[in-house]
Amino acid sequence: MRQTFKGIGASPGLAIAPAFIWKTEEAYIPQESRVEDREAEASRFQAAVDQARVDLEAIRKSTEEKLGADKAEIFEGHLLILEDPDLIDAILENVRETGINAEFALHETSQSFIRMLEEMDDELLRERAVDIKDVSGRIMRHLRGVAGSDLSAMPDECVLVAEDLTPSDTAQLDLNKVRGFITEVGSRTSHSAIMARSLDVPAIVGAGVGLRSIQPGTLVVMDATEGVLLAEPAAEELTAYREKKTAYDRRKAELALWKDKETLSSDGRHVELAANIGKLEDVQKALDNGAEAIGLFRTEFLYMGRTELPTEEEQYNSYKFVLEKMDGKPVVIRTLDIGGDKELPYLNLPKESNPFLGQRALRLCLERPDLFRTQLRALLRASRYGNLKIMFPMIAIVEEFLEAKRILEEEKRKLLAEGVEVAEGIEVGMMIEVPAAAVSADLFAKEVDFFSIGTNDLIQYTMAADRMNETVAYLYQPCHPSVLRLIRMVIEAANREGKWVGMCGEMAGDQTAIPILLGLGLHEFSMSAGSILPARELIGRLSHEEWRGFSREAMSLTRQDAIQQYVREHTLGGQPA
Amino acid sequence: MISQTFKITNPSGFHVRPTKTFVQAANQYPCKITVINKGKKVNGKSSLSMLTLGIAAQEEVTLEIEGEREDEAMQELGKLFTEVHE
Repeated sequence: MRQTFKGIGASPGLAIAPAFIWKTEEAYIPQESRVEDREAEASRFQAAVDQARVDLEAIRKSTEEKLGADKAEIFEGHLLILEDPDLIDAILENVRETGINAEFALHETSQSFIRMLEEMDDELLRERAVDIKDVSGRIMRHLRGVAGSDLSAMPDECVLVAEDLTPSDTAQLDLNKVRGFITEVGSRTSHSAIMARSLDVPAIVGAGVGLRSIQPGTLVVMDATEGVLLAEPAAEELTAYREKKTAYDRRKAELALWKDKETLSSDGRHVELAANIGKLEDVQKALDNGAEAIGLFRTEFLYMGRTELPTEEEQYNSYKFVLEKMDGKPVVIRTLDIGGDKELPYLNLPKESNPFLGQRALRLCLERPDLFRTQLRALLRASRYGNLKIMFPMIAIVEEFLEAKRILEEEKRKLLAEGVEVAEGIEVGMMIEVPAAAVSADLFAKEVDFFSIGTNDLIQYTMAADRMNETVAYLYQPCHPSVLRLIRMVIEAANREGKWVGMCGEMAGDQTAIPILLGLGLHEFSMSAGSILPARELIGRLSHEEWRGFSREAMSLTRQDAIQQYVREHTLGGQPA
Repeated sequence: MISQTFKITNPSGFHVRPTKTFVQAANQYPCKITVINKGKKVNGKSSLSMLTLGIAAQEEVTLEIEGEREDEAMQELGKLFTEVHE
């Protein structure tokens, strides 16, 4: 019977194979009893812990070889559990003092930790209960002499269906056989989901207990990108999924070839592909997707979801972390862009009737130099750990930039006087988001080290249309001649002064806009990490001369749809991007 | 015994990785190490007990250390509460 299951797509991809139902060993609940020889019982427990350590060392080592030290860290955490005095020593003591059997003592103590963690508010901590289950289950199996879950019955090709997979189960999956897996429980951030993404196995988690009705050996189709699994698909569905999978696999293989390459046109001209990030953990994702730089680090996350301003020390630590992780690659950090629609309740800002035209971003920072100076000090102090560039948002007139820069210089002099080291020659630039700044870019270009065009706001301000308002959203047109002309003005003004220009709005990752922007001479494109490889591939398919052709043609057309159509026809053979 | 209070500056709180680093460092010292958060006291050498505190960003943590090399331990361990981890 055809059945559909829906879960959370934890690792993208498609798989078509017979289902292999993996019954997790029923949680074993030991009986309480008393032992004759307490010392012998304690030794028996210690021996089981030692055997578990041997297993985990081996899993840690193979994970490190397969996936790198980063992912193997999970198992270092597991090894640490084996040394935990409040677990292991407490059990040994309990056995020695009361003569209770080791199985029961292990069950009691590990369960109390599992219960405590499962009750936590924080999802990440709740999931750590899985680590204790994984480790204590392993000790338990050694105590009982039933070590190892049996996966030997697995067919040569299968989709694994399980209630749950522990991190060590996931690390030991035979990837020559397992095409994908689906579990009843779990979330996007559970260890098995994270491992699946790094192993590059399609995975769906949290699909619910309905999975139990899937019969062993049934043909299943899983689209982990969508989080959907079909058991016994209809013939036409199967054909459609086979085609989809072939196309997906081909595309993935093509893109993978671009990961460690420089971003060059087919005739060797370089542009920089950077990532936009908003949280510390995004840095790794940027690097994994081949980012050559961080083109926009939004610092708002440091300020949001809390009750008071972040301290200088806290900010310093975060900036230093990102700079070190990027290891000398450029990192453009944008100063606080808050106010307007992004509120910080603890600042008690007055309600505005036109928040987008109000006191936001740098305007607010100039009004509140206390919080601005704290951020600048933290940035300057972190600067010696990497290649920092500082960027000010939402500037309309030159005086604003000069004032911001003056405050920055003042903080720098103060730090140097305090004996604090600050990097030499930090580039200071600004975002171009306000039409006034774009139109007078020639005036700004004399003052800045670089521009980064923030298209999300620039387009809204140019068109005077809020893209969240459905009735006027049609006016949000990145490739409209008015927007393209403003962008051209900015790039030309910068070039005349020998300054570089980047773009950090969504337009920078848009396949129909990229060829035009290249032709206009944009130097750096900053986008969400997932768009980098497709962009690199697109850029590499075209020559520098072709770039020029795209921008010339685009600038001669009057409508966005005609411009986009032209680009699609000449880059993708007319298919929609 | 010496005691000192720290504020957690890591934006995502004091979770698995920082706890691991903390416990490994704590185990280098022969002294008794106690961590107190929201009125709950645990053994600073146990990562499981530390995790059950669920220490969140901006919360205050008191460290009590008793025994040999207590000043040195306070300095090293206290610093770990105010560092940023992934």
